[in-house]
Amino acid sequence: MPKIDNIKKVLVIGSGPIVIGQAAEFDYAGTQACRSLKEEGIKVVLVNSNPATIMTDKDIADAVYIEPLTPELVKKIILKEKPDSVLPTLGGQAALNIAMELEESGFLKENEISLIGTTAETIKKAEDRQEFKNTMEKIGEPCAPSTVVNTVKEAKAFADKIGYPVVVRPAYTLGGSGGGIADNEEQLADICSNGLRLSRVGQCLIERSIAGWKEIEYEVMRDSQGNCIIVCNMENLDPVGIHTGDSIVVAPSQTLSDKEYQMLRTSAMNIITELNITGGCNVQYALNPNTFEYCVIEVNPRVSRSSALASKATGYPIAKVAAKIALGYNLDEIKNAVTGKTYASFEPALDYVVVKIPKWPFDKFIMAKRALTTQMKATGEVMSICTNFEGALMKAIRSLEQNIYSFRHGNYEVFTREEIREKLHIIDDRRIFVIAEAIRRGISLKEIHSITKVDIWFLDKISYLLEIESDLKQKPLTRELLLEAKRLEYPDRVIAELSGKSLEEVKKLRKEEYKIIPSFKMVDTCAGEFEAATPYYYSCYESENEGAAINNKKKILVLGSGPIRIGQGIEFDYCSVHSVWALRKSGYETIIVNNNPETVSTDFDIADKLYFEPLTPEDVEHIVDLEQPEGAVVQFGGQTAIKLTEALLKMGVKILGTSAENVDAAEDRELFDAILEKCRIPRPAGRTVFTAEEAVIAANELGYPVLVRPSYVLGGQGMQIAISDEGIREFMSIINLNVQEHPILVDKYLMGKEVEVDAVCDGEDILIPGIMEHVERAGVHSGDSISVYPVQSISHETEEIIVDYTRKLARSLQVIGLINIQFIVSDNQVYVIEVNPRSSRTVPYISKVTGIPIVELASKVILGAKLSDLGYGTGIAPKADYIAVKMPVFSFEKLRGADISLGPEMKSTGECLGIAKTFNEALYKAFLGAGINLPKNKKMIITVKDGDKQEAVTVGRRFQALGYEIYGTRNTAKVLNENGVEAIPVHKVDEEAPTILDLILSHEIDLVIDTPTQGRDKTRDGFLIRRTSIETGVTCLTSLDTANALLTSLENADKDHITLVDITKI
Amino acid sequence: MKAFLILEDGNVFMGKSIGSTREIISEIVFNTSMTGYLEILTDPSYAGQSVVMTYPLIGNYGICYEDMESTKPWVGGYIVKELARHPSNFRSESSIEEFLKEKDIPGIAGIDTRALTKILREKGTMNGMITINGNFNLQEVVEKLKNHHSTNTVNLVTCKEKKTILSEDYKLTEAEKARRGLKVHPYKTGKFKTALLDLGSKNNIAACLLKRGCDVTVYPAFTKAEEIIGDSPDGIMLSNGPGDPKEYADIIKEVKKLYDSNIPIFAICLGHQLMALANGGNTRKMKYGHRGANHPVKDLKTGRVYISTQNHGYVVEDISDSIAEPSFINANDRTIEGLHYLGRNIITVQFHPEACSGPQDTEFLFNEFMQMMEVSK
Repeated sequence: MPKIDNIKKVLVIGSGPIVIGQAAEFDYAGTQACRSLKEEGIKVVLVNSNPATIMTDKDIADAVYIEPLTPELVKKIILKEKPDSVLPTLGGQAALNIAMELEESGFLKENEISLIGTTAETIKKAEDRQEFKNTMEKIGEPCAPSTVVNTVKEAKAFADKIGYPVVVRPAYTLGGSGGGIADNEEQLADICSNGLRLSRVGQCLIERSIAGWKEIEYEVMRDSQGNCIIVCNMENLDPVGIHTGDSIVVAPSQTLSDKEYQMLRTSAMNIITELNITGGCNVQYALNPNTFEYCVIEVNPRVSRSSALASKATGYPIAKVAAKIALGYNLDEIKNAVTGKTYASFEPALDYVVVKIPKWPFDKFIMAKRALTTQMKATGEVMSICTNFEGALMKAIRSLEQNIYSFRHGNYEVFTREEIREKLHIIDDRRIFVIAEAIRRGISLKEIHSITKVDIWFLDKISYLLEIESDLKQKPLTRELLLEAKRLEYPDRVIAELSGKSLEEVKKLRKEEYKIIPSFKMVDTCAGEFEAATPYYYSCYESENEGAAINNKKKILVLGSGPIRIGQGIEFDYCSVHSVWALRKSGYETIIVNNNPETVSTDFDIADKLYFEPLTPEDVEHIVDLEQPEGAVVQFGGQTAIKLTEALLKMGVKILGTSAENVDAAEDRELFDAILEKCRIPRPAGRTVFTAEEAVIAANELGYPVLVRPSYVLGGQGMQIAISDEGIREFMSIINLNVQEHPILVDKYLMGKEVEVDAVCDGEDILIPGIMEHVERAGVHSGDSISVYPVQSISHETEEIIVDYTRKLARSLQVIGLINIQFIVSDNQVYVIEVNPRSSRTVPYISKVTGIPIVELASKVILGAKLSDLGYGTGIAPKADYIAVKMPVFSFEKLRGADISLGPEMKSTGECLGIAKTFNEALYKAFLGAGINLPKNKKMIITVKDGDKQEAVTVGRRFQALGYEIYGTRNTAKVLNENGVEAIPVHKVDEEAPTILDLILSHEIDLVIDTPTQGRDKTRDGFLIRRTSIETGVTCLTSLDTANALLTSLENADKDHITLVDITKI
Repeated sequence: MKAFLILEDGNVFMGKSIGSTREIISEIVFNTSMTGYLEILTDPSYAGQSVVMTYPLIGNYGICYEDMESTKPWVGGYIVKELARHPSNFRSESSIEEFLKEKDIPGIAGIDTRALTKILREKGTMNGMITINGNFNLQEVVEKLKNHHSTNTVNLVTCKEKKTILSEDYKLTEAEKARRGLKVHPYKTGKFKTALLDLGSKNNIAACLLKRGCDVTVYPAFTKAEEIIGDSPDGIMLSNGPGDPKEYADIIKEVKKLYDSNIPIFAICLGHQLMALANGGNTRKMKYGHRGANHPVKDLKTGRVYISTQNHGYVVEDISDSIAEPSFINANDRTIEGLHYLGRNIITVQFHPEACSGPQDTEFLFNEFMQMMEVSK
């Protein structure tokens, strides 16, 4: 069927802030879908609370609302914009849930709005556990047997019936907390009783465990006529038991015979047909490795993370096609944009292998449990492409930017063979390295398989990599050996280490003597059967090179930001993409290098050429050798791109924008101090040290508290506030766990207001779109602070000083492009605490609220334009008519064991924005967008450290005035009561029941305010209280500044009069 | 051991010898399927051709003998990027390497199969030689390749004697049992008698009939129509097979008689082409054919698009619309994928509804064939 005529205006719902399990993939999907709709002449209205996304740009949709994703607000937007249809299948679970609420409340029907993409009935059938089970039963598709129980006894009876092991999943707990796998009755009793206690409704689901089976996924597309195709199937290297988002995934499946492949393919088509899904859909299977038995694990009736991966793995633009299907088109009416000849109604054929590895935040949360379970923990992922599996795996490993370049990692040589064998039982992010060590120690593949259940095919591939590792160590480096090592994607640096040669020697031998250089192949959806039009490439060591294209345009290399991680999120993809667009507009050929399958930047039609490659010096050099770019842009791709600067210079590539020396000057303590002195800009006193003892001396000279941190890091990684010698020693030992190439900084910690500025500089003039102020006092990482634009509590004089300092610094560092500066205002004095001559996390939001296209201006400046000619003025831009509050969003419930207290190290995974004419409304919207929407029971707990007790009184008083019943630990309650705030004392964790934990678990508390004692919280009490809150779904704040902001929002919120802001009109 | 692939256009690829070290000259074609290598190796339609697998990792799940589509591999030679050294699957009994050696099939691994595929795409299917002899004279070899023709390959692949298989003796394989949603009409065994003209038939064609309750009599390709008609089958199945359809004038003559017999006929691939030629249609050699498991075919009656397995280098064109109407077309290049013969109980398709390897989307055509037999019985 062709396009449905009466669809003229569509509301697209985005996925909101980035949290673990719902990340950048929905920006990619949403952006592609919006562009696809606009291509058809459809008016697009977009709502998404996440300002760091490309989809919320004003040129992506006709009207853009960066508003909280609540049903009420979406209704308001609908009433204002009057779309005829709502498309909910591209914004993850968040969008789907809102659409269901709108549908079920009758709102859509009342307003004659249709859900397109998929029907409410379909969503219900796929999402409701029982309905799904019934549907599967009806068409004979097997699910793992399961039942809901209310008592341990019922659980035992069911387990006896279906046999152990069984999976226990408590109902309605966040992040699967309280669940687990029970191998016997005793374990079941233990897990189940805990799960029943944690569940809000006192229920657990007991399910037959299929852990150890092969986990296989199919990405399916279906149109309204019933045409159905498989875009891609994928096989998890990690068997069932680990969330697919935490698994190493390979596409296409490797160990399935055609019989198994087709059995599951047919099943996937039966399911999508029975559910009547139109658009993209993902079906997950568990396949018994020893029979043809299988179980359907789950169906996602929408575009998902896996579909982003499948899109990038095959070149098939799932979101784009799904959007066209939603408009009524059939698959055979939609052109395959990659070949330009064939249609969307075909199945991609791959002539390469794709490997995805998740990026986990365990380097940030060293206390968090690394065990991988059915609850996803990864914040992002990398993908790699090669003509062999070993090569794809090696490329993916080095794409993770963990300083790991092969399977030589982890100091496993200190363990005995027996200990390694034991370690194989541990399922965490390091398992693959343990497997490698086990193979080295001669533990048989069969035994490794029997413990890990990882298919022998994969184990043998790792084994082969290790054989070459050993050859490289022991045998002469012949051309044959070197070529084989390169074919398997051993980087030169590892070959050098193993063969005892220098990197330069290996490189010379390879390139000059042996003439071994990679060739680039195209991702074309059809395995070469048709000529393809899209320049999407990967490297491998084969004979023919398809990468070199001749045209006369000057080329610019734009380096992407790699996997999404805490501290380097989607904001940098936003900047990279905008830079590419600006450079293209200026007439250059753009080449993007990136390895993140979830992003817009790796969509094949963003840059003129896309190289899906690791971002290491060697990999980038291969591309440089081939493309010979005019220059490279590194300032938009976060630390990942910046880190490549030196290597690019060595290759003879010009760095466009701020020079490498000046980037260094901002990071190098001595150089930077000299600049500050010259400009007469004060900064908190500080020292550089290498050892713990030096640090203690420095700290005592400066006076506690002090900030301790390594230089050249992301998002304050490893940064801590120390209040004693003991603290210093502890932090230094943690920092020095990794060898530090650069000195460690010890700075005087100043308590004050933190202020942040993003600016564009052309070497002479600067343009400051706006000054932002942080709600939390200094000491909380800027990425975790509530950020407000424009500043609310800073005097005009101080603002002028900030502008002046910014100009001086930008000029002294000869910044060409972007600069981000953080200040502390303490006792009316302005201190500089950090300067980053590159794009920052705040660029997207400040661009949107001020309407100044910062990245575009910076890109033009980099090409030589002058700010004065670009039409946005110089100096500080006039304040916008709107106030924007950027609120951090965390994923703590997914990371068991992680301490949630805010500090100098960044912990948030995403952000949302509140934008309004008044500060109070913007603040209210920001809290709402972050999911903090009190009150339910109006009961709260306050427990604060001694230093905060007086301030807590004010906070308590305000909550009391709002009608809250306050509980407090003994000392806090005492201080509150003494000061006229009624507080009920509760028992501490180790006192007799009921304790504070029981109170939290009673599900009657809305809010916990717990400020941790400074330094690393040694008492487990606070930690337990915070974790229990998070795992019970109770809002927990760890800074009184945040609590005060929340109060302001609650006191002033006028929920009935929320205004809407269409940012395209700004 | 080194091996060489020399193409008719003078291109030479150097790789590693796999399987037999025998020298082989044949037509070179590529297949884009990502699974099902054993089914492809044993598909008789590949007789006289060497197959390049575009998917680079072949042999991952070893050899599961029950998946063979005939008694032996028919490909001339086998061209791959990489063979798995440690196959893994619960049914695997051997490795491709062993299998090729055992069956004396020569091959070459480790070459840039994508580069080779692109040559075939750009210049069209051509002949090639796989050899371990590095001292070849390129000019001589190219000359030899240009003059190479394999003819009458159906002769090679068809069965030698007529045989009957009873549906009551047919045992579903584990793979078939595990399949869900297979809409097989529950005919009782022995409901229909079908004749299968074996032009190089894949096993699964007979299997698709047997599991629907048909007893199948398989006839050698050069059986006279009178003999088949004389056995009074309820339906006749014309199978797939290798080679240029126009070479088989003798068979075409017999097919014409079958056309006139009024017995329901279902024809696949070569059978489809021969039926068209028997009725005044034409066939043409395609530049590089359709070989893979991802080809979209559009059912013109319903507008539905199905993904099909294909393996053909020739295609039917110019058949009079007073004789047959297209029932399926290729959704990409719009070539004829199926014909419905007017006023006859005859359907023919270019693709492979029996799958194996490949998608099972069009297996419903066998159900249609059952209905045709039911109606005319």
